[in-house]
Amino acid sequence: MSTAAIALSQQQAERSPRHTARIYLKEAKYEFLKNLRLRMYTASVLSFPLMFYILFGLVLYAHQALGGTRMPTYLIATYGTFGVMGASLFGTAAGLASDRGLGWLQVKRASPLPPFAYFAAKVTTSMIFSTIIVLALFALGIVFGGVRMPIGEFTRLLATLVAGSLPFSAMGLALGYFTGPNSAPPTINLIYLPMSFCSGLWVPFMFLPKVVRTIALALPPYHLSQLALGVVGAGAHETAIVHWEVLAAFTMICLGVARIGFQRDQEKMYG
Amino acid sequence: MIATAGSHTSTYTAPVTQTGPVVASLESVCKNYGNVRALRNINFRVRAGEVVALLGPNGAGKTTAVKLLLGLLPPNSGRVRVFGGDPVNPENRLKTGAMLQVGRVPETLRVREHIDLFSTYYQKRMPAREVLAAAGLEKLSDRKFGELSGGQKQRVLFALAICGDPDLFFLDEPTVGLDVEARRLLWDEIRRLISRGKTVLLTTHYLQEADALADRIAVINQGEIIAEGTPAEIKAQTGGKKIRCITSLSSGVLRELPGVREVQQDREAVEILTDEAEPIVRELLARDSQLSGLEVTSAGLEEAFLALTQDSARNNPEIRIAND
Repeated sequence: MSTAAIALSQQQAERSPRHTARIYLKEAKYEFLKNLRLRMYTASVLSFPLMFYILFGLVLYAHQALGGTRMPTYLIATYGTFGVMGASLFGTAAGLASDRGLGWLQVKRASPLPPFAYFAAKVTTSMIFSTIIVLALFALGIVFGGVRMPIGEFTRLLATLVAGSLPFSAMGLALGYFTGPNSAPPTINLIYLPMSFCSGLWVPFMFLPKVVRTIALALPPYHLSQLALGVVGAGAHETAIVHWEVLAAFTMICLGVARIGFQRDQEKMYG
Repeated sequence: MIATAGSHTSTYTAPVTQTGPVVASLESVCKNYGNVRALRNINFRVRAGEVVALLGPNGAGKTTAVKLLLGLLPPNSGRVRVFGGDPVNPENRLKTGAMLQVGRVPETLRVREHIDLFSTYYQKRMPAREVLAAAGLEKLSDRKFGELSGGQKQRVLFALAICGDPDLFFLDEPTVGLDVEARRLLWDEIRRLISRGKTVLLTTHYLQEADALADRIAVINQGEIIAEGTPAEIKAQTGGKKIRCITSLSSGVLRELPGVREVQQDREAVEILTDEAEPIVRELLARDSQLSGLEVTSAGLEEAFLALTQDSARNNPEIRIAND
């Protein structure tokens, strides 16, 4: 190394915590705006759970009940899970696969953006969309389905579902690292739709064939939906802690896979 | 002063013509993608205040060199240094601006939003108005990225590279795919950077672009730097004249003439590259009284470049070309 190079002004570039916080906020803000304006994203991620809820919860089975829980309430928990899962998987995996495959992530990496802020923005955005979906389901249920519940129960249901965004965001990151810009959306659908069905998000769990119910025990959306149903008094027999443990373990596995993808990308970039 | 690397040798020493401190360097760097050798023992330096063009055809290794200098790729061997340190140092990233070839930029964000976001990453941010003005985007600031033309998109990427007011710029094929008008606009913007004393490394396969912008050109082909010098030196190296004529003399005979560098058949005519046109023309006229359509022109950088890269290809027939 030449001494001249060292002699160049090496101003210390310590970033203040306030500056770092501002970067995280801006990154999340624009990630949210980006997805909000992406009709592909909002149309599929927001409208499907809401449409299903209106059809099944407010039109077809509005006056039925399952084990003491009215269908409009029951289906907020299951379509809520469905919506959170879609928002989180598409929000992270599709964006990441596209950014990676088409060079945008390299521009980000070459900039002084702290790498973690990029991922944090994707997860935050998924959680915000999850919140919007769950609140929209509540609004529909309260106005058109006569859903009533104590504020404490409402808060717990919302918090459970939005926390459920984390395992699926982690899964999205893992998928985003192992799919390309074109293959990501079909791959997500290939996983998301069968998993939703088998976990009882479309057809109430007890009406599913026994073999499907056995498979469901291994599926994370089953565990999230059971936690949500537990809040409204319609959960299955397992205790809540088991579901949380499964979701936590699943999150760790996905983050591990995403980390392998991240490291692989540092070694070899596409394009 | 000019130096060329014989393609058969693997060591190449850059001529030391500039005296400013080295701000970015590749030292004996090799980079392979699988068994494709993208960079073959490259030595390359950029000094403070210089504008260097890395000139070469597609797949020559230009983009790979830039990615190494940006710390986006690790070298297989050798050393990459930026501001005397590892290119991945966060402090280096604050002092570096990059314009890369990107397949897709988030299309639903507006121009000013993209600039606002990238400016936040840096310590000393340029006011958004200045960035927009410097990139010629004032009237487009409210447009979504997806609604822009190719040239306008490149200008946004340029704006993102300059918004943190860094000292060192890496511009990877900044004007690729642009029409003449858009290219000239971007050149003007790059010249403005240069006039502010910034250090610029740009890659291009447009010879005109290297000639128009750079103080120094390094010609890269098949992962090796095959020539380095000022644009004038690069041209001088391969001789300055091109003779075009229709003659019955065979190209074998023409190649034997003293001072002839290159003979190419172009439809019915023949093109001869040489250092000095007059002796060759005298000889041609003496030998072929039927000779017609004689033209003598200055060989541009285009011819110089072709001759250089063809030389290196001829000596290395086994080399596989890496796609960048």
